[in-house]
Order: sequence, then C-alpha cells, then structure tokens
Amino acid sequence: MIKLEQLTKAYGDRNVVDQISLTVKRSELVVLLGTSGCGKTTTLKMINRLIEPTAGSVCLDGVDTSQIERYELRRKIGYVFQQVGLFPHMTITENVGVTLSLLGWSDTRIHKRVAEVLELVELDPEVMRNRYPTTLSGGEQQRVGFARALTAEPSLMLLDEPFGALDPITRDRLQVSFSRIKQQLSLTAIFVTHDFTEALVLADRIVVMREGCIVQIGTPRDLITKPIDGFVKQMVSTPIRQAKIVEALLASGGAV
Amino acid sequence: MEQLAVLPANLTGHLQLTLVAMFLGVAISVPLGIIAARVGWLQQFVLGAAGIVQTIPSLALLAMMVPILAALNLQSIGYLPAIIGLTLYSTLPILRNTVIGITGIDPVYTEAARSVGMTPLQQLWRVELPLALPVIVGGVRTSTVWVVGMATLSTPVGATSLGNYIFSGLQLRNYTAVLVGCVVAALLAQLLDTLIRWFEQGVRTRKRVPVVVALLICGALYSWAGASLIPRLFESDTRPITIGCKTYTEQYILSEILSRQITARTGLETTVVSSLGSTVAFDALRAGDLDVYVDYSGTIWATIMGRDVTSQNRDEVLREVDRVLADAYDVQVVGPVGFENAYVLAMRRDDAATKNIRRISDLVRHAPRLVMGGDYEFFGRPEWTSLRDQYALEFESRRTMDGSLMYQALAQSEVDVISAYSTDGRISTFDLIMLEDDLSVIPPYDAIILVSDRLRIENPKVVEALAELVGTIDAAQMRDMNLAVNREGRTPAAVAADWLSVLPPLPPR
Repeated sequence: MIKLEQLTKAYGDRNVVDQISLTVKRSELVVLLGTSGCGKTTTLKMINRLIEPTAGSVCLDGVDTSQIERYELRRKIGYVFQQVGLFPHMTITENVGVTLSLLGWSDTRIHKRVAEVLELVELDPEVMRNRYPTTLSGGEQQRVGFARALTAEPSLMLLDEPFGALDPITRDRLQVSFSRIKQQLSLTAIFVTHDFTEALVLADRIVVMREGCIVQIGTPRDLITKPIDGFVKQMVSTPIRQAKIVEALLASGGAV
Repeated sequence: MEQLAVLPANLTGHLQLTLVAMFLGVAISVPLGIIAARVGWLQQFVLGAAGIVQTIPSLALLAMMVPILAALNLQSIGYLPAIIGLTLYSTLPILRNTVIGITGIDPVYTEAARSVGMTPLQQLWRVELPLALPVIVGGVRTSTVWVVGMATLSTPVGATSLGNYIFSGLQLRNYTAVLVGCVVAALLAQLLDTLIRWFEQGVRTRKRVPVVVALLICGALYSWAGASLIPRLFESDTRPITIGCKTYTEQYILSEILSRQITARTGLETTVVSSLGSTVAFDALRAGDLDVYVDYSGTIWATIMGRDVTSQNRDEVLREVDRVLADAYDVQVVGPVGFENAYVLAMRRDDAATKNIRRISDLVRHAPRLVMGGDYEFFGRPEWTSLRDQYALEFESRRTMDGSLMYQALAQSEVDVISAYSTDGRISTFDLIMLEDDLSVIPPYDAIILVSDRLRIENPKVVEALAELVGTIDAAQMRDMNLAVNREGRTPAAVAADWLSVLPPLPPR
C-alpha cells in the first residue's frame, strides 16, 4: 500500500505539484492522467525520490520513504519510463539482473530469475540472454525494461508513459501483455499517461490532474458518467467522440 | 651503427619518462575529472588551470621546473623536473575528456541507474565510467602521443631521452642521429597508442585476448623502465661524478675531456648530462645536482651577475667572477681552460670585402639593409643590448634560430650577419670573417671550469684532477677540435681521447 500526503514540489514560487494526497491499495493500478506539465511525472518521481518533495510525505507499506536510503527504496520499487534506459554496455541478462546484482545475488540465481522474468514478458531467454540492447526493436526493448523493473519482485511499480514512444500496434500488444502480468502478479502500480484510452483499458482508478492539483478521482466509469467539470468532460469525451467517428465511417462504408 | 649503441640508454630513459608521466597523469587526471564533472566551479577551475599549463611552450615548462625545484631544495635536473613537467602537460587531454565523457552521458542512463537502486559509487563504476571509457581513453591516447614527443625536450633539463639524439645530432651536424631520434620516438608513440587502443577495444567488446596482450606488453615496458629506474632511486649517495654539458659542439668535447680526465686520475665513475640549457646548467650546479661543467666568464659576468658588459679587462673579470661565485653562489672556479669563446659578429668574407667592413663600426651604416641572425639566447642577452646601444646598430630585421643552423643560413645568404662563437670551426669552414669589436663592448669569455661546493668538499681529488686542465687548451686547438667534429664527423669522445693522449705528462705528485 502506498500513501501520499499533502505531497508538494515547488520550483521557486511555483508549486508544480500542490498538496496531493492519494492512497493506492495493494494490487490496485492507479493512473495519473493529465496534459503535459500537469505535474503527474513529478508526482511519480517523488515516490521513488528521483525528485525530492518540498513538503508532504510518502508512506510505502507503512514506512515513511524519507527515512530510508534512496538506493534501498528504489530497489523495492520497479520503475519503467518512456525512454526505457537500458544500459547499452550491458547484455540483456545484465540489464534485467542489475538490481539483483546490487542486492548481492549470485550469478546462477540471477540467471535463473532473469530467465523466469524474460519468459513472463514473452521474450525467449535463450535468444535474448547475451544480446545487447541496441540489437532489439523498440517493443522488445520496452519488454526488457519491464523485466528489469520486475526482477526484484517490487512492492510497487511506477510507470511513466511506458508505451508512449511505441507504434500503435506494438503499444496494443504490450498493453495486453502488461494487463496479463498485472493480474498474474497482482501488481500494485501507479501509471502516468496523457492517453485516456490507455487509462480506460488499464486503470482500476483514474486520478485526473491539472496544474499540480487533483481534479477528480474515480473509476473509469465514474469519470465517464459523472465528470466533475468541463475539463474532465472534455478529456473523457474526446476519445469517445473519435471512436464514434470511426464507427460511423465503418458503417457508411467510407473507410478502408 | 654508432648511433644504435646509445639506443638502449636513450630509449630506456625515454620510456621511463613517458611511462611514469603517463601513469601519474592518468592517476591524477581521471579521479580529478570525475570529481570535476560533478562540481561546476571546480570543473571551470581545473580545466582552466590545465589549459593554462598547456599554453606554456613545452620547453619553457620543463626549463621552469629547474629553478623552481632548486629553490625547493629538490633534485633540479634530470628525472624530477622532466617528470613533473611531462605529468603537468599530460593532464589536460585526460582531464578534459574525463569531464566531457561523464557529463556527456545521456541523462536517461543516469536516471535508469538511480531508479534501479544504484548508490552514487555503483552508478560511477557500473554505468558512468564504462560509458565514458571510449572518450577517456581518447584523451589518454592524445596525451600519450604528446608526452612521447615532448619527452624529447627533457634532454635540456638533464634527463636522458631520445632527445639526446636530436639535440646533439643538430649541434654536431649528425643528421643520422636526428633521424634515429625522430623515427624511434614516432615508433614508440605508435606502439603505445596501439596498445591503448587494443586495451580499450578489448574492454569494450569484452574480448580477453587484446586486453591481455596489451597489458602484458605494457607490463613488460614498465618492468623494463622500472628495472633501471628503481635502483637509481636508492643510490643517490653513491652517484657518479656528474658533468654538465650545454648544447654545442665545444661543450660536448669539453665534457668528454673532463669526464676522461677525472676517471683517469681518480678512478671514479662519471656521467655526462648533455644538451643542457645555459642557465639550467648553472642552476643545477648551484643546487649540487651537477658537480662540474665549463662555462664562460663573460656569460657569468653578464647573465648571472648582471654586470655592465662594456670594456672589461680579461683578468679583472676572471678575478671578480671567481670571488663572487664563491661568496654568493657556493660555486668554485677551478680555473680558466686557456681559450676564450666570445660572441663575435661574423659575415661572409666576400660580402664583407665588397662592403668594406672589418670592424663593427663599419657595419653600422650598412645595417639597415642587412638581416641579423642570432641563436636563441643572443637577442635576449645584455651583450646584444649593449652592442645595439653602443654602436647604434639598427638591422633591417632580426632572426632567431638554432645555433647550429645559423652558419648555414649565413653561408646561403639567408642572413647577412650572425652572432658566432669565436672558437667555432665553422667560421673557417664557411669562410667567414669575425668583425672587430672596436668599441670593446663584448666582455671577455674565458672558458672556466666550475665545480659545486659539494664536490670541492667531498672529492678534493677530483678538483685536483681538473686543475691539471687549467691553461691547457688555446683558441686554435679548441677550434681544431670543433672542426674535427663538425667537418670530419668524428665523435666528441674520440676527439677528447686524442687530445688527452697528447696532454703533456704531469709533474710527479
């Protein structure tokens, strides 16, 4: 369980994240949804302390995260981001097993665990093991990125637009894989995106953010049926309207 | 073949300088660069300082170490000044590339490194250094090539290197020696560069063979260099009698004569530190790092003592130099060798005849249409200032060049007047005439044997042996010996041996 209380980040006079409070239950996936610059990524990075909060607190499984060494905290939290950031000088095995090796695992144990996780993300360990990241496609790289975040069995996953840089087909496949993994492992996760469709597909609950503040928290259904204001309504209706246009085109035989 | 005989000594010396300086350079610059990459103000400061060092001409940087070390009471000539100078010089490329290599890493990788739970140190070792390695190694390679080249300039501060070939070769007109020095230095630079490249590529592609081969060869080179360097560090008390030698023919011959005389009379071992810069030799003698060398009374008078250079009586100058050196500089004058080697202005004989010039006074009215050539020191010396002022000499232009090339330049009419040395054999070789100093502006230049106080106290027998040489060589004999080297191509050692063999037998002791 993760609990944010009055979490605030200020740069100069400006609060980019302003007193956010949020609780994510075990095995729940919460999406932070908002336009660019709304403070969703900053909020995410304050959780694993890539950014230090100006005020407020984060509690992970009952422990105040500011009381733990940053590196120890991060070894318990899986982190996946859009640019993936696989280390180009390390093999796939070394990339995926990096947190385990920091935790002092033996090479044989690391190998075994890496193979399990690669299979989980639908990659063939035999093929992947000794390859380098640059020889992989974008989709494969992000699967390895997920594997790296999952190996140490984190109590929380943080995902910052992990599918943002992928083409629609690859993105769709990865979303499906991710949903399955999330169910299989009962992941607790916070997922940042600006894509409402993605949020609808993945989220248990959605947190809509604007200018550093939370506008509305609710299930996908809540947002669609009871949008709190025009901003949320617009955000929610855009993909629905687009879907209707596509539907209409198909019906009239005008598309394809 | 003769040149190859001294190759092991010169090459070993060169390797010692290069390898030790590079080791220190990497050991200092990489950690400093890592720290500087994180601390903004330090980065500015460190790169700025290294940049300034780099802009100092390399020879000047090395030469500056001599008085600085002497003032600190440390070994002022030989390996120490050379190593310090080379190490300083090696730092910039390594430092700069380390900083660039680390600051240039895509922040995506450092964010990934932090997010997987690396401590700052783990992040440095596992991510930043491996990613910056190719850039850092690039800096090390640049630096290595520079240092191999610059190490040839250690010769004038008294460290044996491949520069010995180049400096003595240029002076003795032995171009084979110059060529050997250059080619071997170039090969050495190539070899070291290749080894570093293998090492880096091996590490990057995780192939063991090139890494192991590069490390083995490097290890072998270090052991070779260390094998002769380390014993020397521990035997400072029993070092041989050290003889200094400046960078011209006469000095090469005289240093051989001193060396042979000392060994013949006392049985002590000697070593000649050759091709020293002019004031480097004096500073080193004062500091006790040299035991003996030959200088010239006028040089001491004008450059060291800063006295007025005009119209001085020869014996007067000798007596005064003798007294002042003993009182103020702890340097003992053993005595004059017997000849004078003065700065003289020389011209082509036919040119002087056409213009009807015999004295410097005759030169004055032609000077505005003439080009004057001088060695590195000449135009900075008080003798030139006083020539210019006393005679009101004003040349069309002045050109500074190496002393050994000056005569050639005059013979080929590249210049019209040069600052020659009166004992130089090339005056007759090139059919030059020396202009009479009719206003007596240039002081007398008796060659005098100087010894350090330390030698005088610890080894009086050596001083006695040297005293036997006082008054034995006149100007004509010196000129002949210089000619034998410069025109007949004999070695200074052979000429010195010949001369000592005809030295009249000593009175019984």
